[in-house]
Amino acid sequence: MNFVYSVEGGNFTQAGTASSQFKKVLKQLNVDHSTIKRIVVALYEAEVNIVAHAWAGTITIDLNLEKVRILLTDKGPGIPDINKAMEAGFSTASPKVREMGFGAGMGLQNIKNNVDVLNIRSEVGKGTELEMEVYLNAKDKA
Amino acid sequence: METRHFHHALRISEEGCIGCSHCMNICPTEAIRIRGGKAILYENRCVDCGECFKACPVKAIYIDQDDFSRLDAFKYRVALVPAVFIGQFPDTISRDQVYEAILECGFTHIYEVELGTTLLLAQVKEYSKTHPEKKPLISSFCPAIIRLIQVKFPSLVGNIMLLKPPLDITALYCRKQLTEQGINPAEVGVFYFTPCAAKIAAIKSPVGEDYSMITGVINMDFIYNKVKRILRKDKIISTRTIANSHLPGTAICWTLTRGESDNIPGRSLAIDEIHNVIEFLEKVENEEITDIDFLELRACDESCAGGVLNTANRFLIAERLHKKEPEPSHKLAIEKEGIDAYQEYLSRRISIQEIKPRSMMNLDENMAEAMKKMDKARQIMQVLPLTDCGACGAPNCQAFANDIVQGEAMIRQCIFVQKSREHTGELSTEESLEILKGIWGKDKF
Repeated sequence: MNFVYSVEGGNFTQAGTASSQFKKVLKQLNVDHSTIKRIVVALYEAEVNIVAHAWAGTITIDLNLEKVRILLTDKGPGIPDINKAMEAGFSTASPKVREMGFGAGMGLQNIKNNVDVLNIRSEVGKGTELEMEVYLNAKDKA
Repeated sequence: METRHFHHALRISEEGCIGCSHCMNICPTEAIRIRGGKAILYENRCVDCGECFKACPVKAIYIDQDDFSRLDAFKYRVALVPAVFIGQFPDTISRDQVYEAILECGFTHIYEVELGTTLLLAQVKEYSKTHPEKKPLISSFCPAIIRLIQVKFPSLVGNIMLLKPPLDITALYCRKQLTEQGINPAEVGVFYFTPCAAKIAAIKSPVGEDYSMITGVINMDFIYNKVKRILRKDKIISTRTIANSHLPGTAICWTLTRGESDNIPGRSLAIDEIHNVIEFLEKVENEEITDIDFLELRACDESCAGGVLNTANRFLIAERLHKKEPEPSHKLAIEKEGIDAYQEYLSRRISIQEIKPRSMMNLDENMAEAMKKMDKARQIMQVLPLTDCGACGAPNCQAFANDIVQGEAMIRQCIFVQKSREHTGELSTEESLEILKGIWGKDKF
């Protein structure tokens, strides 16, 4: 099953919309609530990253009984040093963004803690692609 | 899904219901549908918040209460009176006058519900210290909120503090005290004056407790009318102090908005009105909102002052109770008598059991089945007009699509689909009319 959400860069009032919508889907599918929490926390972090840093982005979610695969691609500045960006609390956010309560670090570490697979590809000046997977361990696969 | 006419404390009068759908549209958990011109309830989704009761224009939804004659079965009849009951009356009527009138109604003892808050506050502070993993700690005060979390936010069930609300503490206290006075417990009936339906449901089927200490529930509007009649007739002048304690301001205002949160150290927030609570909990669940220590969440606007069974205006009730607050800085002075003598006894019994999630959001228990149903519902959504008009008897197009995949509705119930099919000749005008009669009742055509 596929879901596609588009994310507008710089629009903080809409940040989290895709996460909330997909959370509803997961609840309807009777995914275990602790797994839902992990997925949504990771997705929300990643969604806000696009809003905070990029100009535009797309979230494509592929879901089956085994796992959720989320691909977030954006057109944006890219990440020059992915290893550094992975450090907890590392942030390039402007004071303006921080004032709004965002920008406490890219949260990549937080994403990593919540997902089973995380891959980041980035090209400076072009954009970033974040791929993450969470295994569902569905109790009753038909 | 199990469907049945109204349940718990909220009931619908078949004759009274005109099938107007006001209740369906306001229900925060999308628990109501219209069939045969009457509102019906998906029982498992209802959290007893009472929004439907408020919205009903013909008073067809009522709140079941215990028969007042149940008092007669007991030699000792305790009234558990919440502060908002006193808030119903203008300042010209004193608290003791109201209590005299309550005794006149047939009660032998009066206990103020908020007596239990003194003990509870100390326990909450301790609990938040010893349970940092539960942050944000969610108050167990409002039973509609507990049910809402169970149904809609199962991942937050673990954040609810497992401590008795003041009502249960006070009920326990009054039973213990009367027993110690040599009264046979079997002869004691404890009756609570409730401002809302959720409290009734909580007493009749407690969450986190095996049984309730409360014998029966009297609806506040009913007892208000009774008391009001006595006050008017007899011009009661009270010369004695009836209730066995004078509550400090913090206790009097406990059930109002910020009544809890203002007294809990750290970052404590108070949110009232169930739709506001849902909006906030969505964000807490996503961890969009973090670093909060305590959440006071109440289903009603203005908290218990806004309870559906109150007669007076909620803002006036809140104002009156705030005025009664003698000295805001003098928080919960410890008295040497009364409930404080039972501190140890009550503290040992203040815990409640683990609260379990009972999520009703899923399309199917089996994930593969749920996925099939969701696929189908998404296809149906492509056909539906997305006007959320409610003419199908469901609150919005998405809820309708889900009903169809659950076998609870047919796509032909959508008036847009009907018109299209009439146009192509797939459906006759007569058939179309029959479908609408099935939803809205024969009388409307």
